[in-house]
Amino acid sequence: MKHMRITAAHQSITFSRRMLLLGGAQVAVGGLLIGRMGYLSIAQNEKYQLLSESNRVQLIPVPPRRGWIIDRNGKPIAINRASFRVDIIPQQLEKDRDVVSEVARLLALNEDDVERIRRELSESRGFQPVSVADNVSYDKYAAVTVRLPDLPGVQANRGYSRYYPDGPAVAHLLGYVGTANAKEYEAEKKNPLLIIPGFKIGKQGLEKSLEQHLRGTPGGQRVEVTARGKLVKELDPKPDRSGQTVQLTIDQGLQQYAARRMGDQSGALVAMDVASGDMLAFVSMPAFDPNSFSEGIGRTEWKMLSQDDHIPLLNKVAQGLYPSGSTIKPAMALAFLEQGIDPKRRVVCNGGYQIGNRYFRCDAVHGSMDMRSAVERSCNTYFWATGLITDPEKTTEMVNYLGYGEEFDLPLPTQRFGTMPSPKWLAKKYERKWQGYDSANTSIGQGYVLINPMQLAVMPARLAAGKLLQPRLLTADRRKPPPDLNVDPAHLAIVRDAMTAVVNERGTAVASKLPLDGVQMAGKTGTAQVFRLGERGHQGTWALRDHALFIAFAPADKPRYAIGCLIEHGGFGASAAAPIVRDSMTYLFDKQKAFEALDPLEKQWGGTLAERNARQLAAFKAASQATKPG
Amino acid sequence: MITSAIIPRPLARLPWRLIFLVAGIALFGLIVLYSAAGGSLQPWAMKQGIIFLFFLGVAVAMSWVKESTIKAVVFPLYAIILVMLIGVELLGFVGKGAQRWLDIGPIRIQPSEFMKPAIVLALARFYELVPVGEIRKWRAIWPALALLGVPALLILVQPDLGTCIMVVLCGVTVMFLAGLPMWIFLAPAGAIAIAAPIAYSMLHGYQRKRIDVFLDPESDPLGAGYHIAQSKIAIGSGGIWGKGFLHGSQSHLDYLPEGHTDFVFATMAEEWGLVGGVILILAFGAVIRWGMRVSANARTRFSQLAAAGLSAAIFFYVSINLMMVMGLAPVVGVPLPLVSFGGSAVMTVMLCIGLLMALERQQRTVSRPA
Repeated sequence: MKHMRITAAHQSITFSRRMLLLGGAQVAVGGLLIGRMGYLSIAQNEKYQLLSESNRVQLIPVPPRRGWIIDRNGKPIAINRASFRVDIIPQQLEKDRDVVSEVARLLALNEDDVERIRRELSESRGFQPVSVADNVSYDKYAAVTVRLPDLPGVQANRGYSRYYPDGPAVAHLLGYVGTANAKEYEAEKKNPLLIIPGFKIGKQGLEKSLEQHLRGTPGGQRVEVTARGKLVKELDPKPDRSGQTVQLTIDQGLQQYAARRMGDQSGALVAMDVASGDMLAFVSMPAFDPNSFSEGIGRTEWKMLSQDDHIPLLNKVAQGLYPSGSTIKPAMALAFLEQGIDPKRRVVCNGGYQIGNRYFRCDAVHGSMDMRSAVERSCNTYFWATGLITDPEKTTEMVNYLGYGEEFDLPLPTQRFGTMPSPKWLAKKYERKWQGYDSANTSIGQGYVLINPMQLAVMPARLAAGKLLQPRLLTADRRKPPPDLNVDPAHLAIVRDAMTAVVNERGTAVASKLPLDGVQMAGKTGTAQVFRLGERGHQGTWALRDHALFIAFAPADKPRYAIGCLIEHGGFGASAAAPIVRDSMTYLFDKQKAFEALDPLEKQWGGTLAERNARQLAAFKAASQATKPG
Repeated sequence: MITSAIIPRPLARLPWRLIFLVAGIALFGLIVLYSAAGGSLQPWAMKQGIIFLFFLGVAVAMSWVKESTIKAVVFPLYAIILVMLIGVELLGFVGKGAQRWLDIGPIRIQPSEFMKPAIVLALARFYELVPVGEIRKWRAIWPALALLGVPALLILVQPDLGTCIMVVLCGVTVMFLAGLPMWIFLAPAGAIAIAAPIAYSMLHGYQRKRIDVFLDPESDPLGAGYHIAQSKIAIGSGGIWGKGFLHGSQSHLDYLPEGHTDFVFATMAEEWGLVGGVILILAFGAVIRWGMRVSANARTRFSQLAAAGLSAAIFFYVSINLMMVMGLAPVVGVPLPLVSFGGSAVMTVMLCIGLLMALERQQRTVSRPA
């Protein structure tokens, strides 16, 4: 019993002690809970309030209006037109119903469009709407709207669509807009703006590179919604902000004129202001109609464009590379002068020149030539001979300095800038020593020489201004005044004088004198062999004919404008490219005279550019219909 | 205790302070449920109010039950509940799914709920029967482990992790207070630390995911972590004074899942803020303190252990739920007693309170003649 009593007391003490421990633990847990709650609701209150608000308030985004693109005089070249559109949300489609053909019947869509919609529906990612039709007429829009309850997945919306008044003339300069694809959506970290029906982003050209300026900021209707997406009430809307207007240095009139003047030929023309470096025209023809791309292009039109051997889908200005041909000669002449060649030094042209064991044939037997007459008459022999007695490394350096082979700082998504070969370049690229024939080829712009049409304008502009001009496309793009060219001004004068002789005396382009009083054009023709050096193909198969080139500036005495032009497989530079430059240059001084030259030509070709394009598409459609079975 | 000539003696002898506290908590709960339903008595507040009043009556009625009666029925009751648990398990095996209920005619019985007070009473009775000198012997330990382990395992495999944890914690509390050697509690704590990864691998998919998400809620903000994330947003955005009655956006716009059941505290905190939360926690604290004092003043070993165990049950209910809601514990599905909508939690807590009142009355009546 004694033992028991001690143990009972011991047990009671243990119980009290453990009760105290338990009570203490409970108080501690209570304190922890109050502390934790205080931490959440005081210290982190701000963070959680924000999160709660972002739960509560959702934005139904309204896409911003895309900024306009205007030319140097404020003329709009890319604008927005109010439009009605119809979309399909693939996710909301009912499986066993052919909504597409019902909508197609309502909108009177053709087979092409239906095919495109079905293709896009099969490629689409569920939530992303597929455009059924843009720019729907009000009647058709209304017809769809009243039947919406019967058409699950179909949406009828009002919006804006991009419109390019000049159509193909600005296609390669501006590019086009289109619905963002999955890759672009991922690249922008799933920006919800990109998947709003009807929202378009720049896909090519300036529309692509200026995207962030043109886009603007989306606004929207702020709404309170439940977690399941049910709308509870509407809050005050957030206004959207339109994209900025971007002004280009382009002259819309000249751009349009040059595009029309090119007719059905495949080529490129770039015009520059000699004082500022402003690019006045940036034309690559033939071209697609950016308006059809912005609306979602039909399959037939796409097929027509991609099958055309004049490659209307290629931006020849920024991405086309061509041998420069004889247009390199003014730059060569300046390089020779800078290396101490006497302009009076004479070379006798017997119709060709022997280099090593190869005989290079000149276009004609020119006789005794000095520098001026060699440029004027485009005598290759003179340049072959002089190229051999000068340093090819230094020569190339000068030509490159004048713009050939140079990459320009322009807002273009892609730019191929070609090659100006030199002994160092050759050793590195092909691991072989520079030979005499390399000098010969380079001095007449053949061989490894590759240039783009922008360089065709920059080079005469730099020669004319005597300054290291940099081309620019945006008026907002402020540039430091260009420094003087690091050459003897007297040498420049010799080259300009020779180029003036090309057009105005006994030169290769005398047929392309400006039809203006007191304004003379200076220039240089070029005929670049496509097929094989030594075999001149002025006629025959189109694809084997030479490229025709012409570079020019005017007025010859006080230069204001420079133009470079290339016509693919045009034959002689003098006959294919020079007249286009002449008329485009005329436009800059006297619009009326320029149109007097264009009108008879267009009559001969069968209508304006727009008319001919429409006819071509119709013909292609008819042809592809005819070949379809059934 | 209210003493007045006007009030009849049996009524006056009820522990009114406790009843007011419990009724106050329940009333606050009804107000929160009213708001959670978007300012409507339907579908929760009205039903919950009726259930509460019913079980309040049951609890008050229970307060007249004698301690000796409780002792007499403890083991038979425990046995019946155990048989029902096995029955549930068999039904679940037949039905190939989780089964927690027994459908007996018109009512559904969830035996695991009854097991919470039953395990406390059974262990308290067991340790009263163990002679004082034997308490540190093996034969004072293994029967208790069996009494606790068998139902705990049965509940765990239902699977109902929350209730299992509750039952184990209640039982362990009684064993702890009974004076078992300290190593009994420290050794398993160490063992759990080692065995946790093994237990983790045996958990059901959704249970395991809840623990994963608790350890790293950011890993799944839209899936299983959504509960904890939204609950913290509701509590944190309430601030000190709350957004005001009927103005909680998290609960009213359905961002807070289970805003009327397990996460009702977050619904409350969003509208009533830190102030409402602290008052609620203190009110629960006062109820638990009342129960612990019943234990401290108890004359018999049974009522000592039973009162402490029952108070602990209420404590574990509240603290596990709040830790879960505030992101301090994984989501294991323990409701907040008296506030969360649902009959079973109200029933369990009111049974505990009825038993506590019975034990407290016993103290007073026994003390008088002495």
